[in-house]
Amino acid sequence: MSHSEVALGGQHAGHHVPVMEPSPFAVPAKKLAMWLFIISDIMTFAACLVAYGFLRNSTANWPRPFQSSTIISVLIMTFILMTSALVMAMAVRAARAGDRPAAFRLSMITLVAGLLFTLLHVREWFGMIGQGVTLFKNPWGTGLFGGAYFSVTGMELLHVIAALIALLIISLGYKSGRYTAVDLENIGLFWQFINIVWMFVVPLIYFMNLAG
Amino acid sequence: MHETAAPAVVHGPPTTFLSKHVFSLDHKVIGLQYYTLALVAVVTGMVLSWLMRIHLGWSSAAIPGLQVLSPNGAPGGVMTPEYYLQLMTMHATIMVFFVLTTAPFAAFGNYFLPIQVGAEDMPFPHFNMMSFWTTFTAFLILVAAFFVPDGPPLSGWTAYAPLSAIGKNAGPGEGTGQVLWAAALGVFCIGQLLGSLNFISTVLDMRTKGMTLARLPVTCWAWFITSCMGLTAFAVLMPATILLILDHVAGTSFFIASGLVLNDQLVPHSGGSTLLWQHLFWFFGHPEVYIAIVPGMGIVTHVLVTNMRRPMLSMKAILYSMWALAFLSYMVYGHHMFVSGMNPFSSLVFSFPTLMITIPSTVVVLIWIGSLYGSKLRINTASLFALGFISMFVSGGVSGFFLAQPSIDIMLHATYFVVGHFHMVMGVAAMFGIFSGTYFWFPKMTGHMMNETIGKIHFWLTFVGTYCIFMPFHYLGWAGNVRRYAAFTDDFLKPLIPVHQFITVAAIFTGAVQLLFIYNLIYSRFRGPAAPANPWEGTSLEWAMPSPPPWNNFGGHDPIVYHDADQYGVKTASGADYIMQNSPEQALGTAEGD
Repeated sequence: MSHSEVALGGQHAGHHVPVMEPSPFAVPAKKLAMWLFIISDIMTFAACLVAYGFLRNSTANWPRPFQSSTIISVLIMTFILMTSALVMAMAVRAARAGDRPAAFRLSMITLVAGLLFTLLHVREWFGMIGQGVTLFKNPWGTGLFGGAYFSVTGMELLHVIAALIALLIISLGYKSGRYTAVDLENIGLFWQFINIVWMFVVPLIYFMNLAG
Repeated sequence: MHETAAPAVVHGPPTTFLSKHVFSLDHKVIGLQYYTLALVAVVTGMVLSWLMRIHLGWSSAAIPGLQVLSPNGAPGGVMTPEYYLQLMTMHATIMVFFVLTTAPFAAFGNYFLPIQVGAEDMPFPHFNMMSFWTTFTAFLILVAAFFVPDGPPLSGWTAYAPLSAIGKNAGPGEGTGQVLWAAALGVFCIGQLLGSLNFISTVLDMRTKGMTLARLPVTCWAWFITSCMGLTAFAVLMPATILLILDHVAGTSFFIASGLVLNDQLVPHSGGSTLLWQHLFWFFGHPEVYIAIVPGMGIVTHVLVTNMRRPMLSMKAILYSMWALAFLSYMVYGHHMFVSGMNPFSSLVFSFPTLMITIPSTVVVLIWIGSLYGSKLRINTASLFALGFISMFVSGGVSGFFLAQPSIDIMLHATYFVVGHFHMVMGVAAMFGIFSGTYFWFPKMTGHMMNETIGKIHFWLTFVGTYCIFMPFHYLGWAGNVRRYAAFTDDFLKPLIPVHQFITVAAIFTGAVQLLFIYNLIYSRFRGPAAPANPWEGTSLEWAMPSPPPWNNFGGHDPIVYHDADQYGVKTASGADYIMQNSPEQALGTAEGD
């Protein structure tokens, strides 16, 4: 595979290949696009988290409902997510080494871990809903809490689910040879990014709202 | 595995009508689609401004047909104060998003960025196509607000909360209209994200052999810088619009404070912050101003260099200044909020970078003027509009020095002074950039020359007309004329009504003059004389291909670049005073020995 085919992940092979200046960051266009998307998404998450902090500071009677049981659950979720990040990194390394079966197997483990995280998260959501938390009211304090909680964690969850769907499609495609190592690395990048975001969500949403 | 940039060609020639003209992957077609969208949007926005202006000059005058558009908003053709605000909101939203962002950045950028870097297309043509259709969808959603029962929102393009957040009880259009408005902007953000992704990766990864970053034409840098802003600024607007929609449809209260009383009734929401909306909006909103103007700066520099026949005094200083503008644009947003009730100390903090941002702006202007001084500028419509851009940018920018200071801004903030300021510095200036780019690149885009005589008449009438409209705004502001009022019935404002009437006449006149431009566009497109490949004797790569370019730009032959785009005023063996970027020829010296 020529360099330029590598750059676009092997698509459009056999077409006229122009002579190009090297990229200043030596990243192929697809990976660059993923980095750019992540930069954009960082701004989106930053806006959400800053908005959350702003609201929390400026609103009286902010509830602090989370018991230690929730925190333990969140820590387990975090552990699962971190493990999945490590496994994903191993999958990318295997893919770079050209070991398709190993890379596929590892990305499937990532997928399962991600699903487990999602299930635990949804379970926690149902727990909150069961306690009477809605987008505009809750039993403890300002009604804004529910809106803020569901928005921020919902954003995270939405990203996780989207990433899992993409991971499934790309892993299957990678296994069948439709996608390349670069594609797998791209979705891996996105997965790591989501994990980092979670590292900001946990203290802001959970630790700071610990009961007692 | 070694990874290089070098992406390959990304699509073949179009085969069907749909793939050629509608769902085209070709960046040139997409650029023209954006341009057409901007043209439709600017006519819509201009008609809205006419309606508002007529009402401001003659508040009891019936505008025939307006009652058809909105029976409630304009009973008998006379608009209600609320309907005035609804038109104002739509005028501003359409102009800012679908004209000032769309035309200089998305339209010209799509068309010329890949060509100028020597690529066959952008790396992600499908994203590019989606980007246009997303933007088009956003436009439809926005315009749909005219046709829902209560009409479009009345909260202004800034949609300040709580007015924008508490729903239909806040006023006409604050229900469905406001939700449509927010949805349109949210969708628009997606289009911008896709566009910015493509622009940035085109510049970094798609440059042809020899096109080092240092050799990029200034327009590429302008679009690149704008993309960096677009990538990050719209990403903040999007969640803001989502939260606003949630406040409407899901009962949340992100932007609605506790204890709000409306029509003697307590609003059932509790807990949010009205100021949060302003923070989120202006964090996007101020970079947006530079998203509108920086491409214009690039186009103007490009047009001037070509017509001066000599390089700028310092192209590097222009580039660094544009970067500085982009960087500082994120630090100054609070200057829109001096009177918001924000901590006065914050005002001070935001005032400093606001004054600082005048430095790169001034550097760019001084380099333009210094470079023009003593040059034998070729006077054509494109260069006239470039000069007009400088004039507008300076005239509108100077009032920025006043407004940057909180103590003065408190007096002027809610007056026409601010309206005059931003219309000149980002509205008309950016429009002049669009005009300049159009007259300059039309031959390349269509293969036909535009009529220069009509073009020059268009320029002079527009130039005088826009000054007649927007200069008196400053005077109105000093006289204490408040903005966002539909009519002036207070005693101290009554003497100003003749000024408003003058402005209205000027606005209708200037708007009518644009028919010349539209006529010139359409007539020249079909009947204009055939354009040569390089009508302006330019150096950049768009002039190294036929007019109009074939679907794959360079016909499958990759250009190799040997120079930067500033090789003007040089001695060459062929006698020309310029060397094209893809010509291996070396200069024998400067043309005039200077």
